[in-house]
Amino acid sequence: MAGAAATGGSARSETYASARNWLLLPSWAVLGIFVLAPVAMMLVYSFLTKEFRGGVIWEFTLSAYDQFFFDRGLFGDEPAKIEWTYILIFWRSIWQAGLATLLALLIGFPTAYFIATRPAQTRTVWVFLITIPYWVNLLIRTVSMKFLLRDQGPLNDFLLATGLIDDPIRIINTNAAVQIGLFYSYLPFMVLPIYASVERYNFALSEAAADLYANKWTTLRRIVIPSVRPGIIAGCILVFVPSLGAFLAPDLLGGAKNFMIGSLIEEQFKGNAGNWPFGAAASMILLTLVLVILMFLARQQARADREATS
Amino acid sequence: MHIFAKTAATAVALTLGATSVSAEGKIVIYHWFEYIPQELLDKFTSETGIEVTMDTYDSNEAMLASLKAGGMGTYDVAVPGDYMVSIMIGEGMLDEIGDGELKNKGNIAPEWADPSFDPGWMHSIPYQWGSTSFMVDTAVFDGNIDTTDILFNPPAELSGKINMLDSQGEVLAMAALHLGIPQCSSDREQLKALNDMLQNAKAHWASFNSDTAKEVLVSGDAAVGQIYDGFGAKARAERGSLKYAFPTQGYVAWMDNVVLLKDAPNRDSAIAFMDFLLMPENIAAVSNYARYGSGLSGVGEYLDPELASLPESNPPATAGPAVFIEVCDEATQAVYDQIWTNVKK
Repeated sequence: MAGAAATGGSARSETYASARNWLLLPSWAVLGIFVLAPVAMMLVYSFLTKEFRGGVIWEFTLSAYDQFFFDRGLFGDEPAKIEWTYILIFWRSIWQAGLATLLALLIGFPTAYFIATRPAQTRTVWVFLITIPYWVNLLIRTVSMKFLLRDQGPLNDFLLATGLIDDPIRIINTNAAVQIGLFYSYLPFMVLPIYASVERYNFALSEAAADLYANKWTTLRRIVIPSVRPGIIAGCILVFVPSLGAFLAPDLLGGAKNFMIGSLIEEQFKGNAGNWPFGAAASMILLTLVLVILMFLARQQARADREATS
Repeated sequence: MHIFAKTAATAVALTLGATSVSAEGKIVIYHWFEYIPQELLDKFTSETGIEVTMDTYDSNEAMLASLKAGGMGTYDVAVPGDYMVSIMIGEGMLDEIGDGELKNKGNIAPEWADPSFDPGWMHSIPYQWGSTSFMVDTAVFDGNIDTTDILFNPPAELSGKINMLDSQGEVLAMAALHLGIPQCSSDREQLKALNDMLQNAKAHWASFNSDTAKEVLVSGDAAVGQIYDGFGAKARAERGSLKYAFPTQGYVAWMDNVVLLKDAPNRDSAIAFMDFLLMPENIAAVSNYARYGSGLSGVGEYLDPELASLPESNPPATAGPAVFIEVCDEATQAVYDQIWTNVKK
């Protein structure tokens, strides 16, 4: 179809092209003001000299990046070693976000599949039900989760009453609590894109697979999942990226004992440290990391598409 | 939009040949969350005709960051703690209050006449003062709680049940008292000892929460928690077994103060507001609400009688000194920042 348009009347397509550029202007303005300008500002700040107690001095330096990657001891005068502190913090955040994404996928996929296979008139009700909790502010939801999970909370009370456990299980202030919190916070971002994909899926393909003696597992693996892959990838990105920078769940449910990327960056602006260039540098490194991951996923998707069409 | 509205109003006033009645008629306050009763703000408006707009923050550092990031010239007054007043004076962010500008300045209690963080009250007035120590659930532990060992080297029954404030200043000041070293030490051995001590202590801590410092104690999530005295009194009202500790090694004292910001758009309103808060009956309304001391004389008759006998604000004879958080120089602060990062890495 794209080929047909390109070979069409050349004068007309030129008019379209120039009109299109003008019509795209608002999008570019929005992108420029809300995405490019803030990122550019962050990039510039990450190369400036920090001012004591917040703020920057307009002198170029690499010291923010140096602080991120090199350890010069408590007093800053030892020979430089690799600084593992911040790499560890990044790794911890990626690991947490990854687990939360996996959890959301394991629960979200069957949920989306279930909704998409309901009769058309009840589907909207199910989607509606999924979104209801998200009308409430994220902070309130995270605090509520804290109430549920605590040692003397309803979850432990229930388990104790049923006799399944003898002592309360400690969930609050552990990594498990953070994962549960992240998973719960972002679950609809997994369910909705997958639902959109599964809804468009042609179930005749599953029947055809069954006719060709594929069992249910094979059908799911070889037919359904490849067909709804764009929805799965979109869902994973939408859960993984905000989880990576989240600080509410780690602070409230994990007890803020260990920095996550989000809280590390926040501390540079709101804490005692007041090191704006370092906060900007950490944000730039995070942004680069996320872009690399997204580009990797996009290439995977493109390759999968090529394989599917060839 | 505000500028436009003001210009329009001035234009109207000029055309009508009227003289303006009150100064500007409004004030923009930058204040801690839940720290002033709404009725008191309403009273201020009804007495002076000045309309109040208030934004809130949750830490001294957050307030400083937001003022530095372009908040100057927006707000008339803010309410920083003692050490933050010194920092803001050093940064040139505060305006000077002229002699005789505040009619009620004489109401400041004699013991607070000349605070170290703002000698002679040149930029600020006292708002509330109190202490930061910690509470212990005596149902979980019934031994001696008046020692910093409870936080940094706790008995077995309290290990893993300790909530610290998520605040570098409060934690490191308490740690310095525990080791008996200065708050802004530049002695390498002392700093290393501090770093090592905190690394060991961290293994006993369950969480760092400031916003929910009271709530974790009341719910029983934590059996020990760093907390401010007034907040502690509220916690005890909800869980009777909680007891506020006054360690023999000492504890942290603080005083929040209303400061006059440089480039205040409504300077006259700010002065009127400060004078209003220097009236004993008005500041007593804050104390009755927040459960802290006021720093003025003659407040007693307006106070809730219960406040005078609060165990949280009446240290026993064995209590160590109450010390303010100190402001370190840049090089020293860099080491403390590193130690704090090590605690939380």
